[in-house]
Amino acid sequence: MILLIILMLPLAGFLVLGGGFRSIPKRVGAVIGTNTILGAFLLSIALFYFHQHLSPSMHQPKGSFVFSLFEWIQAGNLRIPFEFIVDPLTLLMLLVVTGVGYLIHLYSVGYMNDDPGFNRFFAYMNLFVFFMLLLVTAGSFPIMFIGWEGVGLCSYLLIGFWFRNQEYNNAAKKAFIMNRIGDLGFLVGMFLIYTTFGSLSFLPVFAKAGAMPAGTPVLTAITLLLFVGAVGKSAQIPLYTWLPDAMAGPTPVSALIHAATMVTAGVYMVARSGALYALAPFTLTVIAVTGIATALFAAVIALFQNDIKKILAYSTISQLGYMFAALGAGGFTGAVFHLTTHAFFKALLFLGAGSVIHAMGGEQDIRRMGGLRKKMPITAFTFLAGTLALAGLPPLSGFFSKDEILLALFGRSPLMWGFAAAGALLSALYMFRMLFLAFFGRFRGTDEQDHHLHESPGVMTFPLVILALAAVAGGLLNLPGWTGTEGKLAGFLDPVFSVFTSSSVTHHLSPSTEWILMGVTLAAIVAMIAIAWRRYGRGEEEPATEVTPGALRRLAEEKFRIDELYDRVVIRLLLWLSRFLHDTIDRRGIDRAVNGAGAAVVRAGNTFRFIQTGNVGFYMFIMILGILAILVTNILL
Amino acid sequence: MSTLTTIPIEQYLIFCSALFCIGVIGVLIKRNALVILMSIELMINSINLLLAAFSAYSGDPAGQIFVFFIMVVAAAEVAIGLSIVVLIYRTTHSIDIDVLNKLKW
Repeated sequence: MILLIILMLPLAGFLVLGGGFRSIPKRVGAVIGTNTILGAFLLSIALFYFHQHLSPSMHQPKGSFVFSLFEWIQAGNLRIPFEFIVDPLTLLMLLVVTGVGYLIHLYSVGYMNDDPGFNRFFAYMNLFVFFMLLLVTAGSFPIMFIGWEGVGLCSYLLIGFWFRNQEYNNAAKKAFIMNRIGDLGFLVGMFLIYTTFGSLSFLPVFAKAGAMPAGTPVLTAITLLLFVGAVGKSAQIPLYTWLPDAMAGPTPVSALIHAATMVTAGVYMVARSGALYALAPFTLTVIAVTGIATALFAAVIALFQNDIKKILAYSTISQLGYMFAALGAGGFTGAVFHLTTHAFFKALLFLGAGSVIHAMGGEQDIRRMGGLRKKMPITAFTFLAGTLALAGLPPLSGFFSKDEILLALFGRSPLMWGFAAAGALLSALYMFRMLFLAFFGRFRGTDEQDHHLHESPGVMTFPLVILALAAVAGGLLNLPGWTGTEGKLAGFLDPVFSVFTSSSVTHHLSPSTEWILMGVTLAAIVAMIAIAWRRYGRGEEEPATEVTPGALRRLAEEKFRIDELYDRVVIRLLLWLSRFLHDTIDRRGIDRAVNGAGAAVVRAGNTFRFIQTGNVGFYMFIMILGILAILVTNILL
Repeated sequence: MSTLTTIPIEQYLIFCSALFCIGVIGVLIKRNALVILMSIELMINSINLLLAAFSAYSGDPAGQIFVFFIMVVAAAEVAIGLSIVVLIYRTTHSIDIDVLNKLKW
């Protein structure tokens, strides 16, 4: 079916580019690399239309369509077919991944133009898109896991793209290993699912789960374990430290993988397993708390960062926290909505940052930028659009999606709303700080950089414009009820999340409450922007008014020293253990035993060889002794 | 037949054992290769005699037939043994077995 072609296109792109990357000229490679994704995107649109207009009788209940390709694993009672699911959630993800992915690929043609690893880059990117598509179209947990692992692999390959730098390689390893820790949770969760439900495919499992009462311990365990996997993949507390380091990769990689797609895989997985989560309220609370904590924590760190990509990285962690908070509060549509809008504006921001870095000749410190909007108007304008969207100003998309999340949280618990709102305020603050320091005021870099400043070529600015339009207009996807138009996205996704609207997990607020909350947050955000303008709008970092920065501020500046904490607690322990195993057990124990056996044989041989005296008479004597011995034993036995 | 049985079998036994032991000692002690071969012959002959004696005393001719076989084998073995001694003499100009001590550790 069309779905298979959608998946196969990027895979083919990878194989072609991967196989011949030395020999294929750059232009051809670019054409192949980008058009596979474009084809996938167009086919996704086609699939979308087919799905909408297909007669209901062809769907299984709930508007989803499952088909399996072949029997992958058969071992006793275990049957794992290679199956896919096509339902509204899948379609949404397909469109987002291929659409935003295509724009990023297009941008990369310009960004990576001078790089000798051009073809290799597109090969990896195509492979990544393939795995991501596999992840979102999977019809069962194992297939999703293949995609899950695959995107982790591609993340490693792409973060460490410039592999000659050992720091980058370390960052890539860190990302992969932290992912792996989460994957352990995912795997154990899958095992539990199999033992509990006897199957690993989505629809059968969800149907059986529906029959269980809410709060079953097994379900809570399963959902918690799966969430651990999501924590690793989507960079929540405590497995988030890999994401800032992952900025070592090329900027389009950061845009695609660490903003729009891979890190959202965790959110997708929880959303997909909604039927399970709806019946585990404890896990939902855990998710919400983790999400909010992450959102707030990362926002605080972002406020004190000076590297443009690191600010965006922490921002991503923070926004993912919001998505998980929404999931925890039962607002599944809100979470997925925010996923979509975030993909738009975060990719936009990253690509814009890439333009800036490109123009500044590799400089990433915002303290050395300033006044860039004069020389890079398109980039500046689109960046402004992205910033406004992230801060959550109406009528941009970010406002609607973030507001929906905040409302859902308030319904769950006003305290949660309070923390989340605080995080939103910080988001506005650090984003505008970045915007003002980089694009306004006077230029603070070297003269050489000044001469180099230029707007990016069309192939790079075109995607920026498209994404900006999406960031601005994306709100139309799901306008809240009070505007009169019913939320289209909610309606679209309803078949998938019906289990939530039917159960009493979501809370509904009165319209007046909604208005008040919206107004309060909006006013506070505008106030934040004003503060940011006062402090940073001139383009100067505010003078160090504190003679000695307070201890808390110092801590925040160093990202709360979490990496160092992990180093002390986890890494040193592991290194000690590994050294112990190596020196004591491996070298002194096992090697001694093995080598000792050999040495013993040699020593025995050295002792016994003296029997061969060469004296014939001696040999005859021994022979006669032997005969006597045989006779004697024969008589005795 | 009766003449043969007038000598008790024990005397044959003792006599042949003595001969055998003399042969063994000769093999062990002597350094002359030819003497060793002769001692081996002595052992063989003592066994032949004993076999024949047992065969006569038990009336079973199989023993004496077997003696024929043993004699044939002895002859063949002596032929080969002597030719080896000749070859050794040609290389080392001695028939002292202590000369042959190169195949050692």
